[in-house]
Amino acid sequence: MAVPSSAAFDPKLYLQAQTRWQPIEIAFWLATLLPFLLFPNHLVLASQIAITALFALSLDLILGYAGIVSLGHAAFFGLGAYTAGILSKYGWGEPVVGLVIAPAVAGLAGYASSFIIARFRHLTLIMITMGLGFLLHEAANSAEWLTGGSDGLQGVRIGPLLGLFRFDLYGYTAYAYSLLVLFLVFLATRRLINSPFGLSLRGIRENLTRMPAIGAPSRSHIRKIYTMSAVIAGIAGAMLAHTTSTVSLGVLDFQRSAEVLIILVLGGTGRLYGGLVGAIIFMVARDQFSGIAPQYWYFWIGVLLVTVVMLLPNGVLGGLAQLTARWRGGSS
Amino acid sequence: MSTPALATQGLHKRFGSLVVAGDINLTIPHGVRYALIGPNGAGKTTLINLITGMARPDAGKIFLGDADITTFKPDVRVKRGLVRTFQINTLFPHLNALEAVTLAVCERRGVAGAWWKPLPAYAAAVEEAYAILETLTLAADCCRLTRELAYGQQRLLEIALALAARPKVLLLDEPAAGVPREESAELFAAIAGLSKDITVLFIEHDMDIVFRFASRIIVMVGGRILVEGTPPEIAADARVREVYLGGDAP
Repeated sequence: MAVPSSAAFDPKLYLQAQTRWQPIEIAFWLATLLPFLLFPNHLVLASQIAITALFALSLDLILGYAGIVSLGHAAFFGLGAYTAGILSKYGWGEPVVGLVIAPAVAGLAGYASSFIIARFRHLTLIMITMGLGFLLHEAANSAEWLTGGSDGLQGVRIGPLLGLFRFDLYGYTAYAYSLLVLFLVFLATRRLINSPFGLSLRGIRENLTRMPAIGAPSRSHIRKIYTMSAVIAGIAGAMLAHTTSTVSLGVLDFQRSAEVLIILVLGGTGRLYGGLVGAIIFMVARDQFSGIAPQYWYFWIGVLLVTVVMLLPNGVLGGLAQLTARWRGGSS
Repeated sequence: MSTPALATQGLHKRFGSLVVAGDINLTIPHGVRYALIGPNGAGKTTLINLITGMARPDAGKIFLGDADITTFKPDVRVKRGLVRTFQINTLFPHLNALEAVTLAVCERRGVAGAWWKPLPAYAAAVEEAYAILETLTLAADCCRLTRELAYGQQRLLEIALALAARPKVLLLDEPAAGVPREESAELFAAIAGLSKDITVLFIEHDMDIVFRFASRIIVMVGGRILVEGTPPEIAADARVREVYLGGDAP
């Protein structure tokens, strides 16, 4: 039977084109360097944005790609932060050491809980992740000998990065460090998303029922990505401890889990850049709004969230993608 | 006589007091085109669910070739060559056809967990997926999202996903469900054109199609197998005419 396809079509080249770096991506990453030049007084904020972006990226891997909803992702962020903080307290204050051990601890916890996570979906999953988050928060609260409880961890001493670069007051080192780590993890994540495993994750999100019927062990895929996501959240948490030299119970808060979800939804899920764009919008908005009305800034965040979700159901990036598609469709 | 491609022994399943599969004994030889027919609620889809592991039998055994697969998980059965399609489209709406079939090929080849190299690096898998789409006349639309494909094309994609798993035994649950009659013949022509190494069992309501494409027919009524035989035997069977064909000749 004749196949009505153009002889020139090569599926491999088509898929390659899908994974190619877009000019807008390169522009985005170049723009992340601008704060050094344009906002040298806001580098501390910039480093917080980079860390939050990384945390949101870790959530995107499970929520945006594999469809696993979590309201307790701060558990892994907090584990990373506490591990890095406690290490520094006992003399392991060099950040790179913390950057290896903290994610390993978060990853172990992620792997252990993934056996529960992989069995459930939707609302049940929200309750379970939230419950696990509460458990860990209260465990850290009661283990005062280790964590300092509600007073926060005392005696965090972060050494110079690689023994060379001190974390300065202006946040030069902090931003350079968090931006570099964010970029490296992003590169790895981008590879993952474009790999066969990334495709499997999208399959899980799109239709969990079909997956076993094509021979896919969905649960083992879910366990794997959940562990990876926990590792990345742990890296973000460790970086927060390193750049601020403080670790308090706030790193494990329910509010942190909820905020990172808001950030991701604002930016757009399943788009790799959603968490990054969301983190920029959210953190800058918080910075500005809290300047206007320090006590009521969450009011404005509420306005922002409702507006974006109503007007752009797929987040800011989803809305932009739709716009460009329309523009291209109209011009060609 | 060689071992059958698929067999069941005393397969039993009840929902409450309703027996949906009662003492099902099947022996399906290699390479045969089987039709599974019966009125609505006869337990045809349930039987496919039991065989593929998507429902658990209360009693009985299932064999794929020599192997007892009764306790195997659905995805493990698929890896062993027992593959199904669904009566209601069970696809990946936001993957395009090429991605969906490539995913299935990657799962079969055991590379679906690989996360470091990009998809195009698995050239053989991508090309195999594209070849499957070509044989099912989906190649021209392979870059369109599944949800944007015409309904008939989505039915073909159901089969493409199953073929990507290289089935030895293929269970098709009403492959032409919802497809206009003239197109369903085309769809079955594609099924008839599959390799003779693949054993096919399909559920279908259109008797013309059944008698044209099946070499043997199983009739199910009320969760039990009423009779099994060649098309002429089934057409001549008085019980079948009574309960299923309503007395009319097919």
